[in-house]
Amino acid sequence: MAVANLRAVPVRKEDRAPLPGIGSEAEVGVSTAASNKVGRTPRLLILVAAVLMIGVYFFPLWNVRLTAPQYPEGLGMHIRINTVEGATENDLNNINNLNHYIGMKRIEPESIPELRYMPWIVAVVVVTGLATAVVARRKLVYAWTAVFLLVAIAGLVDFWKWEYDYGHHLDNEHAVLKIPGMTYQPPLIGAKQLLNFRATSWPALGGILAGLALALAVLAVVLAWRERRRLPALS
Amino acid sequence: MKRPTSRTTLLVSATIAAIAIGTLYSCTASSAGNDNVLVGNAASKVYVAPGKYDEYYAFFSGGFNGQIMVYGLPSGRLLKFVSVFSQNPETGYGYNEETKPMLQTTYGSIPWDDTHHPELSQTDGVPDGRWLFINGNNTPRVARIDLKTFETTEILQIPNAAGGHASPFTTPNTRYIVSATRFSVPIPNTDVPIDSYKQNFKGTLSFITADQPGKMDIAFQILMPGFNYDLGHAGKGPSDGWFFFTTYNSEQAYQKLELNASQNDKDFIAAVNYRQAEQCVAAGKAKSAPAEYFHNFMDEKSRVARSERKSSVKMLNPQDCPGVVYYLPTPKSPHGVDVDPTGEYIVAGGKLATVIPVHSFSKMQKAIADKQFDAEVQGIPVLKYNSTLAGEVQKPGLGPLHTEFDGKGNAYTSMFISSEIVKWKLGTWQVLDRMPVYYSVGHLMIPGGDSKKPWGKYLVSLNKITKDRYLPTGPELAQSAQLLDITGDKMKMLLDFPTIGEPHYAQAIPADLIKGNSLKFYKLAENSHPFATKAEADGGIKRQGKNVHINMIAIRSHFAPDNLEGVQVGDTVYFHVTNIEQDWDIVHGFGVLGADNAEVIIAPGETRTLRWIPKSTGIYPFYCTDFCSALHQEMQGYVRVSAPGSTVALKANVSERAKSQTARAQALPKHDHEAAEAANGSR
Repeated sequence: MAVANLRAVPVRKEDRAPLPGIGSEAEVGVSTAASNKVGRTPRLLILVAAVLMIGVYFFPLWNVRLTAPQYPEGLGMHIRINTVEGATENDLNNINNLNHYIGMKRIEPESIPELRYMPWIVAVVVVTGLATAVVARRKLVYAWTAVFLLVAIAGLVDFWKWEYDYGHHLDNEHAVLKIPGMTYQPPLIGAKQLLNFRATSWPALGGILAGLALALAVLAVVLAWRERRRLPALS
Repeated sequence: MKRPTSRTTLLVSATIAAIAIGTLYSCTASSAGNDNVLVGNAASKVYVAPGKYDEYYAFFSGGFNGQIMVYGLPSGRLLKFVSVFSQNPETGYGYNEETKPMLQTTYGSIPWDDTHHPELSQTDGVPDGRWLFINGNNTPRVARIDLKTFETTEILQIPNAAGGHASPFTTPNTRYIVSATRFSVPIPNTDVPIDSYKQNFKGTLSFITADQPGKMDIAFQILMPGFNYDLGHAGKGPSDGWFFFTTYNSEQAYQKLELNASQNDKDFIAAVNYRQAEQCVAAGKAKSAPAEYFHNFMDEKSRVARSERKSSVKMLNPQDCPGVVYYLPTPKSPHGVDVDPTGEYIVAGGKLATVIPVHSFSKMQKAIADKQFDAEVQGIPVLKYNSTLAGEVQKPGLGPLHTEFDGKGNAYTSMFISSEIVKWKLGTWQVLDRMPVYYSVGHLMIPGGDSKKPWGKYLVSLNKITKDRYLPTGPELAQSAQLLDITGDKMKMLLDFPTIGEPHYAQAIPADLIKGNSLKFYKLAENSHPFATKAEADGGIKRQGKNVHINMIAIRSHFAPDNLEGVQVGDTVYFHVTNIEQDWDIVHGFGVLGADNAEVIIAPGETRTLRWIPKSTGIYPFYCTDFCSALHQEMQGYVRVSAPGSTVALKANVSERAKSQTARAQALPKHDHEAAEAANGSR
């Protein structure tokens, strides 16, 4: 739909007009202002993507849920941008209490430095995203999306690494339950049986918003790329 | 020729005889009643599939076990015992230091009572699921059970009373519950000859404020003639503001009551205008009477019970407040007095009567206005029987006791002697149906059946005699309850289920009104017990003279500390155990070798204290008694007990791991520290 609209609507004059302070077209010898700028739709997509990212401050990124025969009601963890918390007031503590049997170290949000940096990193993504939407320069759109993608990948890899760390680096000296070869890494996404517990892990609303934002950014890049190819025909 | 014939004849007759005897025998065997009550789909009507919930909570008094039993209906599955007036070594109720004050009375600590009538709190005449009240019949008391925790949270002793039987029936908004004296006694109780009964013995009707948890108190007492006050029910709708009590022994017999209290053709229902009583009390017409009694209540945050002694009540003499009480003549030692859902009809169960008399509230008011009085008993006007009578159910059966209602214009009365439930129509007084019950029903119960809005689906018959209903278990048998379907024109028998003690009465309420409020655990952060230990590293041992206090935590699967030294013979040791779990159904127990009281059961988040007096030196193990986890058997520890004056130092071990956890929590910045507190529920 968006693509179809884009084709129907001619590129508007004001979109091509140089913004104050960014009048470098002449210097770099580009024939038209338009070639440096993206159209309205990619711009809007970047704007929406940046705004959606604000949602991750309000909603958990990921949910990990544990159920067992003795826990029909389940235990849950919400991974937020700045902390890890139980699905109910005591879930995190209860998960930690259970984990002491297998020698897993306590999940303490204070000891995970990434949770302190993440709000700032996302703030940078949001602010630069908004700026990109305002400036609307093609290269900036590419760059921003690339950075966003890297941040997302890095975040997931980091999350996986923490899961690996919790699941593998067990305190065998204090572990009550030691099963040779058994590790307790919960899945990044999907479900996995860990002894009597079934662990399921899925993106939560914040994570979905972030994924959506990323998808919109990628779409903006695709559209911007196509625009660029069509420009010579227009001029 | 002759021989074989006669042989054949003999054989045939023997066979016929055998079949006949067999048939007769099987008739006898089935006379237990299994043949005439079974209904085709009864099983499916009471079947609650595994993992599914019952439709109703039913609360059965435990009678002489002093407890309450919680059942699910229609399955008849037992869910819980609630300790009320009786010590319970199973949980430590009445044994642990926190709950001991609950059983305090002016007679000392009373570890037992006889519970009779569970009564759900009401809002606008309908059970609301906030609280359950129950009476102690022997040492008159009333108790409040909080239906969030299913625990007794308050007990009030009733002064100037003996035999708290007509209790704890509620007014439509639980402003008051009542307690009336079954036994009249001298008031105040003094040393008089028993044969001075008529001169010295009195009854009292107590109105107890009950709508504020933790603040039950005697609002006022009404001093009554020395009869036996048996049961009561509040008016509702048009009769709101009135309370009705049955009396028997208007003969004022004091020996061989079986015969001597059954002489009069009619005894009374006492109709009490309690709004007027309130006005008279407010106008200063009640006298302040000396009355020693105890009020015991559980503090919500510390979960430690406290006792307060009170020393007077407001006593209202009906002669000082004309119009506050009227007597309604009622045939033959009436037992139950039940007000129908509209509030117009007052049904009496005359134990020895051949009819069920029904009084009309509107006729009673007219009779009062017209002064249709027959006589006066100690200043209380007696109304003419026919002036208040709405009708009589003729030939209902033998021994009518109690009546409840289905909200569809029908009444159901229990017949003790003829052992049946009789259904009859309000207004026409016609008997509609009968159902034999096994054996000798006392109370019957329909969920909400004494309220403005009965849930008229089931009826429970609480039978007094069990005999052959279940597999025999020696001379002492369980009691027998029976569940009936009352949705159709004819009652249908659905289920037998055993109950324990001697349940007198029960009340039931739709599960939806309670189950969502049920607490899963106590919040550790809100635990204000003076000896609460909220983190593993905070446990320890302290001496105060001959008293040794041990602060201990319990968590899956250990106690901390679990090695204690420095205790001496002659010390009194207090184990203050806090269950620091904050998880549903993770309960720990604590038992120690040689404890001469009980164990303690500790719910998540609460602190319970066991007093222990070691009598000889040695090593004493303690352990978790409530199977909590895979390593429950490892959840144990030792106390070393040394000789008096020993130099063994006080010592309690705290693990390095616990210390490091605490240290880490303390090293965090202030804000994070608080977050950590909230997150791990420790420190």
